[in-house]
Amino acid sequence: MAETTPRVTYDFVTRTIARTLGNPGRGYFLLLGAAVALLAVGIVTLLYLLRYGLGLAGYSHPVYWAVFITCFVFWVGIAHSGTLISAILFLFRSGWRTAVYRTAEAMTVFAVMTAGLFPLIHIGRQWYFYWLIPYPNERGLWPNFKSPLIWDEFAIGTYFTVSTVFLIMGLIPDIAAVRDLATGWRKKLYTLASVGWRGTNEEWRHYTRGYLYLAALATPLVLSVHSVVSWDFAMAIVPGWHATIFAPYFVAGAIYSGCAMVITLLVPIRKLFHLEALIGVHHFENLSKLCLLTGSIVGYAYVCEYFIAWFSGNPNERAAFWYRAFGPYWWATWTMIICNAFLPLLLWFKKIRTNITALFVISIFVNIGMWFERYVIIVVSLAGEPFAPWANAVYNPTWADWGIMAGSFGWFFMWFLLFVKNFPAVSISEVKEVLPPPRRAAVKAHV
Amino acid sequence: MIPLPKPLHDIFRPPPTPGVLGVFAHLDATLEAIMKLRAGGHTDFTVYSPIPRHEIEDALGQPVSPVRMFTLIGGIAGCAVGAWLTLWMSYDWPLVVGGKPIGAIPPYVVIMFEMTVLFGALSTILGILFNAAFAARRLGTIQWDPRFTNDKFGIFVPAGPGKAAVAETLLKGAGAEEVRRG
Repeated sequence: MAETTPRVTYDFVTRTIARTLGNPGRGYFLLLGAAVALLAVGIVTLLYLLRYGLGLAGYSHPVYWAVFITCFVFWVGIAHSGTLISAILFLFRSGWRTAVYRTAEAMTVFAVMTAGLFPLIHIGRQWYFYWLIPYPNERGLWPNFKSPLIWDEFAIGTYFTVSTVFLIMGLIPDIAAVRDLATGWRKKLYTLASVGWRGTNEEWRHYTRGYLYLAALATPLVLSVHSVVSWDFAMAIVPGWHATIFAPYFVAGAIYSGCAMVITLLVPIRKLFHLEALIGVHHFENLSKLCLLTGSIVGYAYVCEYFIAWFSGNPNERAAFWYRAFGPYWWATWTMIICNAFLPLLLWFKKIRTNITALFVISIFVNIGMWFERYVIIVVSLAGEPFAPWANAVYNPTWADWGIMAGSFGWFFMWFLLFVKNFPAVSISEVKEVLPPPRRAAVKAHV
Repeated sequence: MIPLPKPLHDIFRPPPTPGVLGVFAHLDATLEAIMKLRAGGHTDFTVYSPIPRHEIEDALGQPVSPVRMFTLIGGIAGCAVGAWLTLWMSYDWPLVVGGKPIGAIPPYVVIMFEMTVLFGALSTILGILFNAAFAARRLGTIQWDPRFTNDKFGIFVPAGPGKAAVAETLLKGAGAEEVRRG
């Protein structure tokens, strides 16, 4: 680690990270309060939706997939960079990930938890959600496994389970480390949660091997999840959805928005919990390089989509993309293109990549742009479907859509803030792994 | 009063093993002690470390963890379950969708893949838990120090009263900053 100063010892790492579990100050509670307030807005809106039905959310012909599905894809996308940083960069032995991967991994779990709410809200009658699960029933019928929607359920279910166990697995040695410093009720909680971890050679031998295989399983999983989400659309014949580029396009977009969200989350966390010594500017620079890479892929995919629409000579395809760029939703399309394809070009400059305020602002714009990308793909393709021009209609989100969306942000941030306060938000053992180990002949060894 | 059987207590709190515990501040001192112990014919000692280090693994010369077999078997089982789930359910409720065969393989590959990952990951977790728990059971209740999760390395050598002095000298000679008997 380039920024390691001699004062960064094993003990310093343990104590710095254990300090995040102490009193976090007023800023933290303000943020937590805001998150809970947003969640309350979402809950009240949901009660209205249950009482009056989905028409309240503006669902009407021809747009029956709207903001809820947009938010679903958005939150699944946010989840992806967590697994990229924790699993894929682990396999690549990338040292800088150690300081940021725990936050990213927690973000993954909570983002999938948030995403999972939207299909339930979208189906209208949440109490029938179990119809999606293949279970033996009195009519002897089973779900249709040729439908991408059931693939999605398996993919998201697997993703949630695997990323949760991956997070918990990584936490065990760290919980053991804070257990040995804690007192009172926390000591009891961490003793239970650390499942008797002591750091013996046998424990490490099985743990490191198992962790490697979990990472190796999570890597293709993360690529598969957003591919499957993209097939929810690409398997249909709607122009603007029916494209073979969708899987890589969605995966790149997901990692792009996820990296932006990691930056958005890390900036305040680093300040609130005084983690400047462990999370340095070069971590942010590396994250922004990932943003630049995936953002360029997304920009390329945009160009590709429009080029193919023109080059195919298919009048419906052309009409769909003309409607996107110059139809009633031009503002959404251009917001998405400017925020996702042009704004990240600023990241080519090192000055911007190393300026944390600038990165924070850019990351928020990328999040807005990526939300609009899903909105454009889902809503605009349905609203202006060229197969049935007489049935085209403009859909506008209602207060119920915004209420549920606000609630989802509240839900996500509430869990995230509770997590970083109560569990080690930076991996203690992995940050130590990239430090030079304490040696008797420390000076000689470095010459 | 009749003593009640305590199966959980017996599993998780095996009887204490007598031995010597050395606390080390440095990695290279720990490695030296491991080498000396192995040269002295010790095989059943335990090394504590706050982080996994390849040097320790190499010095101990341990075989590769059997967790990989759990992953492999779990993954294969998951793939089979995915194939069985989709094919059996399709034929149990035969319905032609999109003019495709009842048991169409390409769409089912998605389910088979997801189940491979799910079962593979869960059995990996079980593999880690079982292997670590069996190892802990084999070692019995041995001495430990809370500093081992922070910044100290440690070696516990099981030794009866007769051999403890030899192990103590060995650990001190390798550079242990603290040695205690239990």
